[in-house]
Amino acid sequence: MRNNPKALTGLIALGVFAVLAVVGPWLAPFEPSMRSNALLQPPSPEHWFGTTHLGQDIFSQVLAGTRSVVFVGAVSGLVATVLSVLVGVTAGYLSGSAGEGLSALSNVFLVIPALPLIVIITSSLPETSNLTIALVIGLTSWAWNARVLRAQTLSLRRRDYVEAARANGESTWRIILFEILPNLTAVIASGFVGTVLFAVISEITLAFIGVSDAGGWNWGTVLYWAQSQQALAQGAWWWFVPAGLAIALLGTALSLVNFGIDEYVNPRLRTHSLRGVRMRVGFTPVLAKETS
Amino acid sequence: MKERILEVRGLNVDYGVGQEAVRAVREVDLTLHRGEVLGLAGESGSGKSTLAYGMTRLLPPPGVVAGGEVIYHLGDGTTVDLLRIRDADLRRLRWAEIAIVFQGAINSLNPVQRISAQLLDVLKAHSPRSSPRSRQDRARELLGLVGIAADRLSSYPHELSGGMRQRVMIAMALALEPRVVIMDEPTTALDVVVQRQILRTLVELRERLGFSVVFITHDLSLLAEFSDRIAIMYAGQVVEEAVSADLYRTPLHPYSDGLLQSFPALKGPRRELSGIAGSPPDLRMMPSGCPFHPRCARAMDVCGERAPVLGQSRDNRSVACWLHPVAVN
Repeated sequence: MRNNPKALTGLIALGVFAVLAVVGPWLAPFEPSMRSNALLQPPSPEHWFGTTHLGQDIFSQVLAGTRSVVFVGAVSGLVATVLSVLVGVTAGYLSGSAGEGLSALSNVFLVIPALPLIVIITSSLPETSNLTIALVIGLTSWAWNARVLRAQTLSLRRRDYVEAARANGESTWRIILFEILPNLTAVIASGFVGTVLFAVISEITLAFIGVSDAGGWNWGTVLYWAQSQQALAQGAWWWFVPAGLAIALLGTALSLVNFGIDEYVNPRLRTHSLRGVRMRVGFTPVLAKETS
Repeated sequence: MKERILEVRGLNVDYGVGQEAVRAVREVDLTLHRGEVLGLAGESGSGKSTLAYGMTRLLPPPGVVAGGEVIYHLGDGTTVDLLRIRDADLRRLRWAEIAIVFQGAINSLNPVQRISAQLLDVLKAHSPRSSPRSRQDRARELLGLVGIAADRLSSYPHELSGGMRQRVMIAMALALEPRVVIMDEPTTALDVVVQRQILRTLVELRERLGFSVVFITHDLSLLAEFSDRIAIMYAGQVVEEAVSADLYRTPLHPYSDGLLQSFPALKGPRRELSGIAGSPPDLRMMPSGCPFHPRCARAMDVCGERAPVLGQSRDNRSVACWLHPVAVN
């Protein structure tokens, strides 16, 4: 990883977000919901990201909101990945009605419009906490990745080394765990990263339309208030730009980590240009005359 | 003196750059004349394929050409250095002037496209103004050249046998009437009967069309039979180069001798098969002096101290061995 600048940048950025998720609420200079007399102020040394129409400090809101975003992203990513591996790999490896049944199940989940379903489920639950939102997103977003894993497993299960393992009498779970799963690492990892991103965007979308953890802050609630108070029309760019940038940064960090995982798992993708020599397939570089 | 068509001078090819670089081909000089079959032979890992791909700049990363010249003589008498020309020019030159038949025909043909589509693609890409009918005729003619019935044009690769697929690859290489064809172990995966058929086709085609061939193989007996000259490679260097009959009868370098002792002759007196003890050197830790001396039965003190250079020995043959003092020019 050390000689992979993309992955390193992504990991550092993710690390910063993770640290902020833990200490953000304590770092925040103000109580995020606290009102003051400084109404709708642009960024200043006192309020780095300016204030809302109620005089609340936006910097504190963004800082405090990181925890909820990272928590929901991580939990639902984890839930969805575990489900997709279980369903996808099993559906791909098993033949017959079991495989077909699991495949049909993921197809059904695939065509369910996730966001409206999430809105309905969260509104019918007694309380909307971060955990319930994370679980609902995780339980509804695993199907796409399960299909990808099923397709890849179908291709792997007939490879010679898997056939050899089967002929050797290895047990099914051993074949799946030791012969097939390692070859799916890149797909699983990229699926995880993609689901985390999807979960973060879903949570922010939900908060933006008003479905969020009661009393808590996340980047979506900041955007919700900015929208409902017509920040754009009032020229209060500082209200929505920081939260939007934070979402973009988190997404970029996740994508960079994804590239890094791909290159780590598949050495052929490593295209590090060695000492400024650009490698191109089909046009082998010719080094300048050696100096020695 | 025959007309030269491709000259390799002092070619160095590395894998990796800087400290970790491993030199897989070092200071190779080769000359290919018009209409000639030049055989490149050596053990696995001796740098035969690296040389061929390095001089055509087809080596995948982390391969780099570290130095040297590859002079190609164009039909109009001018020359170009393949290592210095622009990418667009190199692209034009490839296939039309220098074509390659790759090692695995199975992997080189697209399994989901008909043979015709793959043949016509080349013709269309390099002469976009030709009519579809003329391209179709040319594709039929090409398959005919390599001895495949024209109705096979609409087959998919999996419907052909291994030998037929290899013939299709040869037909594709010849599609634009190149003057040089580089063949990287084109018959290695085939049995000897098919091998023989394909080589016979190749020899006929060469006489008819007059192209030159660089033929890479580890099968020296094959080369002895149908190539004009043979270059023996060891650890990335050419250790001996001679007219194939001379090399077959009187190999000068102990390594060439060892290779020739490794397979039985069909005719003539019986002789003991000896083979070559040991294995090729690690390119990261090359032995001092001659790279072959740790395995050489006739090694002398000087072999471990100084590396012999390839030069003209008696009888106008090139060899790099202290047993055969050479006149360094």
